[in-house]
Order: sequence, then structure tokens, then C-alpha cells
Amino acid sequence: MSERVYNVVVAGLGGQGVIKASDILADAAFRSGYDVKKAEIHGMSQRGGSVSSDVRFGAEVLSPMVPPGEADILVVQEATQIDANRDRLKPDGLLIVPDDIDIDALANRRSANVAMLGVLSRHLPIADEQWHEAIRANLAENLWEANLAAFALGQGG
Amino acid sequence: MSKAYLARERMLLSGDQAVALAALHAGVALAAGYPGTPSTEILEALSVLGGPAQWAPNEKVALEVCMGAAYGGARALCTMKHVGVNVAADPLFTVAYTGVSGALVLISADDPGMASSQNEQDNRRYAVAAALPMLEPADSQEAYDYTLAAFELSQRWGIPTILRMTTRVCHGKSVVVPGGPTSEPPQPGFVRDIAGRVMIPAHARPAHRRLRAKLAEITAFGETSDLNQVVGEGTALGIVTSGICYQHVREAAPEAKVLKLGLSYPLPEQRIREFAASVDRCVVIEEGDPVLADALAAMGLQVEGKAEMYRFGELNVARVRRIIARDESPEPVPARGKPPQLCDGCPYRRVFETLTRLDCIVSGDIGCYTLGALPPLSGMDSQSCMGASLGVGLGLRHVLPEAEAKRVVSIIGDSTFVHSGITGLVEMAYNRPATGHVLIILDNGTTAMTGQQEHPGTGRLLDHEPTHKLDFPALCRAIGIDDVTTIDAAADPEGFERLLVEALGDGRLHVLIAKRPCLLAAKRIREYERRAERQDGALEVCGNE
Ligand SMILES: Cc1ncc(C[n+]2csc(CCOP(=O)(O)OP(=O)(O)O)c2C)c(N)n1
Ligand code: SF4
Repeated sequence: MSERVYNVVVAGLGGQGVIKASDILADAAFRSGYDVKKAEIHGMSQRGGSVSSDVRFGAEVLSPMVPPGEADILVVQEATQIDANRDRLKPDGLLIVPDDIDIDALANRRSANVAMLGVLSRHLPIADEQWHEAIRANLAENLWEANLAAFALGQGG
Repeated sequence: MSKAYLARERMLLSGDQAVALAALHAGVALAAGYPGTPSTEILEALSVLGGPAQWAPNEKVALEVCMGAAYGGARALCTMKHVGVNVAADPLFTVAYTGVSGALVLISADDPGMASSQNEQDNRRYAVAAALPMLEPADSQEAYDYTLAAFELSQRWGIPTILRMTTRVCHGKSVVVPGGPTSEPPQPGFVRDIAGRVMIPAHARPAHRRLRAKLAEITAFGETSDLNQVVGEGTALGIVTSGICYQHVREAAPEAKVLKLGLSYPLPEQRIREFAASVDRCVVIEEGDPVLADALAAMGLQVEGKAEMYRFGELNVARVRRIIARDESPEPVPARGKPPQLCDGCPYRRVFETLTRLDCIVSGDIGCYTLGALPPLSGMDSQSCMGASLGVGLGLRHVLPEAEAKRVVSIIGDSTFVHSGITGLVEMAYNRPATGHVLIILDNGTTAMTGQQEHPGTGRLLDHEPTHKLDFPALCRAIGIDDVTTIDAAADPEGFERLLVEALGDGRLHVLIAKRPCLLAAKRIREYERRAERQDGALEVCGNE
């Protein structure tokens, strides 16, 4: 298992499933045996404002918040929110944006957040099995199929 | 959270969920509170686990119900956000004197940085002011462990105990391995103690001394308790801290020796002195007010606090690095995100459009509808604390010149009305303004702001099961309001406007109940109503047999 701490920030607008995506990510890392911390501000998230959620995992995680400019990966689910979050990313960090997935290939656009997790998964030391379990654990059963497909689409598989 | 809650199982929980699980493991007999970010999910999680969780009309009542449970020998948990403690402060300061025979744990969920609050008051001050012990967890594991510890401590000394959390601890998720219950909960039963619980001055004077004696014992306990810990070695830099700041500190200054105060009041003075003497430089890292820094300075210790600029907002790793480096240069301004707004199709929109068009002077209140203050609606002129819309609106009506007074409207949400608007309405009928007054109750059938909780006006309990429903129109009439009208302003905006124009100037007392469910809650509300109808039907069938 990796000694280092992975810092991921997921951002977007309220209603896009930012919190859900970060819950799945945190759970997948948790199921992989990592120490995990997740932080977010979700007070007003239902009313369309900016939302972001920090997920950190590794051998030992201290602060739950990714320090400014230290995110390894920034996943932005809404193009208009890229600028507002860019300063979270470290200089050589990876930015994942909506254009990285083929939205038209999705059976349901609501699973775009999970498709982007598929893209993210290519860059993280978390096995498919843990991702799949986390998706099932965090979504209602009638959504499993569509979201597992969306995840696979993002993975390019 | 899953229903599985076995001890020793590794789980990923929010701090709020961890408190709920610990309360269940501690054998809590009653948990009451009022919703408020970031505390709301505690009672919701407890209810999902099958625990005894209930919403009260407001925080004062919640605490009083918990006091009764703890006077009755049970373990009680009371949850609220930081400003909720202001509402509950009156009973809090005196239950400190009476003490409890079971256990009483009060959760104060503070919101430094105001992610979702009207102020960033630092409730560590309440521990000092009310003379009650305070525990401050730094992550979900500690939220679990300290909740159990708080029940133990409360019961051992018969003293209400405050568990202070902050937004990041409440809403942050981290790994928890629940240890399971440490002791059996007491069996409820009433033991009369008139001198101990009836706080007339003759009883309260010795009670105050008893409280101070308990605190002295708890101070001694804190000197050796492992709730307070020294982590790390090194003598160059020592840091005294508590709560979430501990995590930022460990990351920002891995080389530092850290005194982490889990039991942050009363302070273990001896231990702090020894720690300060063991390092060359001693820095206090704390969010919000300089509570620890002032206390340590008053002890005569040479410690460094933070610059005033760090009093505002939350701390994080970067800011802690700056404090340690004594960096007072301006901080980078974070990019501005998109602010929240009223949902498209929110039933409140029409109400605010009308108020703006009529150029009303709007004494507002707190809830989703406060978003009506933002442009382009700009339909609210003041908002401070829950319930203030009534008093403030009446004050304006009393002093403004007649033409202006007639433009004043108070506006309040349904949950807020029950929380603290009813006494304001009594005032409206009692000290009646010469120009009359208008209150609009925005009845959207839920507490939307905090994530759609039930309240007495919805007629459903925390778990959405039916109970008595508070009848707003009947209540308003009984209070002495001249005209009470219910209208769906979204369906009939012209009708609403006509009604309002008339009410503003006719010198009478009006309550307009703008009734239509919150768009986001409407589907669920219909489901609950259908479920209740089915249950009613089933009961009737049984009765007929
Ligand atoms: C003393 C206190 N307790 C709790 C809160 C958090 N809070 C603010 S408004 C509100 C209730 C809002 O419900 P309602 O009045 O029904 O308005 P809605 O959000 O549904 O529009 C709550 C719980 C607070 N600000 N102050
Ligand atoms: S959550 Fe409900 S009350 Fe709040 S803005 Fe949306 S529709 Fe209106």
C-alpha cells in the first residue's frame, strides 16, 4: 500500500452529485484499506451554489482539507466552475473536466459524476472491485446498472 | 450509515454519525434537538439506527426535555448548532447548578467561517461562562470516543457536559473503529431532591459552590486523563491546540511537540505549565477567539497567540503554517464561487417579487427564504436571528412616520415561526402598532434550509410518522390577530398582491399564510401523507372488526 497521501478535490454546482461522487471515492479508498478523510461544505448545496468536496487517502491522513494548491487531482463537474477551483490544484496536478467524458454516450446524464470517477480511477491506486462496491453501497439498487456502465465508460473500458 | 453497528467494525463515518453511534452505544434514553447546520445529521443518524431521537420546537425546549430525562436518572443527548446554545443558554446556566442524576451531553456544533450561519461565535466561551466541562473531538473517531467519555464524565460528576464540534468535524468523514459501550446506562427512576433542583436563591447559593467543587475535581481529572495528550517530541517548538486545529497543526508542523486538549475546559493548568516549560517557543493554535491564548496568558505563561487576522474564518494547514511563521502579509483571496439562490420554481419567488414591487420594508428571518434578500429579488431589509422578524418589524412600525410604517412587513418561515415567532406574534397583539401590522408566514411544509426536517407545524415526527399538527390559523386567531388568511401566492400572485396591499394600510393585524410545499420536498411530503392515510385506513378497518 502506498505511503503517500492522495489529495483529490471534486467540485461543481449543487445538484450535480458532487457530494455523492466524493462519497463514492472516499468509500472506495476506505474499502481498499487506506486511512481516509473527506471534508466538504454542504450547507446550501441544494440551491445551486458552488460545492466542492475534498478527499484525502493514504497511510495516515491528518487535516481533512486539502491545503490550497496541493490537490493532486481536481475533478470539476461543471465547466463554469473550473476557474473558481483551479487554485486548489498543485502546479503539475491533473485537471479532469466534463469534456473528458462523452456525455452523449451516457444512458442518463445524471450519471456524469460517476463517469468522471471512471476517468479519475485511471490515476488512483484503487482496484475496480472497490470502486464497484462503493458505487453499489452509495446508490439505490435501481441506479447500479446505469452507474456501473457510466463508470466503465469513463474508465475507457 | 448502515444499520450494522457492531463494536470493533471499521467504518467510514461523519463526525455527526459517529456521535449518533456512540450515543446509541452509551444507552441514550432520549435525544432531542433542533435542526441547525452542522449538527442536524446527528439526530437523523440516531433515528436511522433505531435510537430515541426527536425534534423539539426550539433548542431551549430541547434542552429542558433532556434535563427532565437526566433528572429522571437517564442518559440524554441534546444537539444544536452554535447559535442554538444562545436560545438554550437560560436553562443551561442553571442546570449547571442543579446538576443531573443521569447524564446530559450537549452538542454545540460551531461554524467557524460561517459555511451556513449568521455569525461565527465561539462557543468555547460557554464552557467558561456556564462552568461546564467541554470536550473537543478532532475527527470522527474522537467524536465517537469523546461522546462516550462525555456521558461517563457527566454521570460521574452529575454535571452536564458540552461536546463542542465544528463544521469540519461534524461533516468530515473519517475512519472509526467503535469500541463499544464502556459502562451500563443507569436505570431511570425519580429521586426527590427539592433543595438540589429548585433553584430559589437559598438553594442556588450552595448549588453554585457545589458546581465549582465539581469543576475543581474535573480539573484534577484532566491533569492525568488521556483526553489530554502530548504528541511528538522536540523542544524547539511547542503547540497547544484543540479540536480540528490539531490535525492542521500536525500536518503544518510535523516537527513540533503538541499538547492536544481533548478536555479543553477546565484547563489542566499544571500540565500546560510543564508543557510550556519544556519547549523554547510555545504557540497556541486555535480557530476563532483567542480563548486558550488569553487563558494561558492569564496563567502568566509566555505563549504566542495568533495575529488578529486569523480570528476570522476557519483555519487550515496553510493558515496554520502562516501563524507559526508569524506571517501577517495579506492572504490570497480564494476565487469566488457561485452563490446559492432560491430554486427555480420555489414557491417563495412570487412572494418576494410582490414585496419588492410594492416597495415594502421587509423585516426578515432565517431560512431558505433569506435568499430572497439577494439580487435581483432584493426583497429583505434585515435578518439577524430566528424569530427576530416579528419584534424588529413591530419596532419599525412603532417609530416610523405613518407612510413608512405602513410599508413594514414581517416575514418568517413555518419552522422558524414555531421556533421563536409565536411569542413575537403575542407581542403584536399586545403592543399593537397604531398602523396595524402584517406577518407573512411562509408555510412550505418543511424546514427546507437544513435539509427538510419535520416540525410541529408539519404534523409529523422526526422519522416522518404522524403526530398532532399545529394549526397555524387557529393559533394566530387565539393570539388575537384580526385577520388570518391562507393563500397560495405562487398559484394566485394577483390575489396575493391584492390581499397584501389591503392589509398594509388598513390598520388591522394580519397574518397571511403563504402556503405551498417546498419544491424539493413536495414529492416526499406527498409520500408521507399517503403513508399516514393508509395507516389511518388500516386503523379504521381494525376498529370496525
Ligand atoms: C437558533 C438557531 N437554530 C437553528 C438555526 C438554523 N436554522 C436557520 S433557519 C432554520 C429553519 C428554517 O426553516 P423554515 O423557517 O421553515 O424556512 P425554510 O428554510 O423552510 O424556508 C434553521 C433550522 C439558526 N440559524 N438559529
Ligand atoms: S429548497 Fe425549497 S424552499 Fe428552499 S429555495 Fe428550493 S424550493 Fe424554495
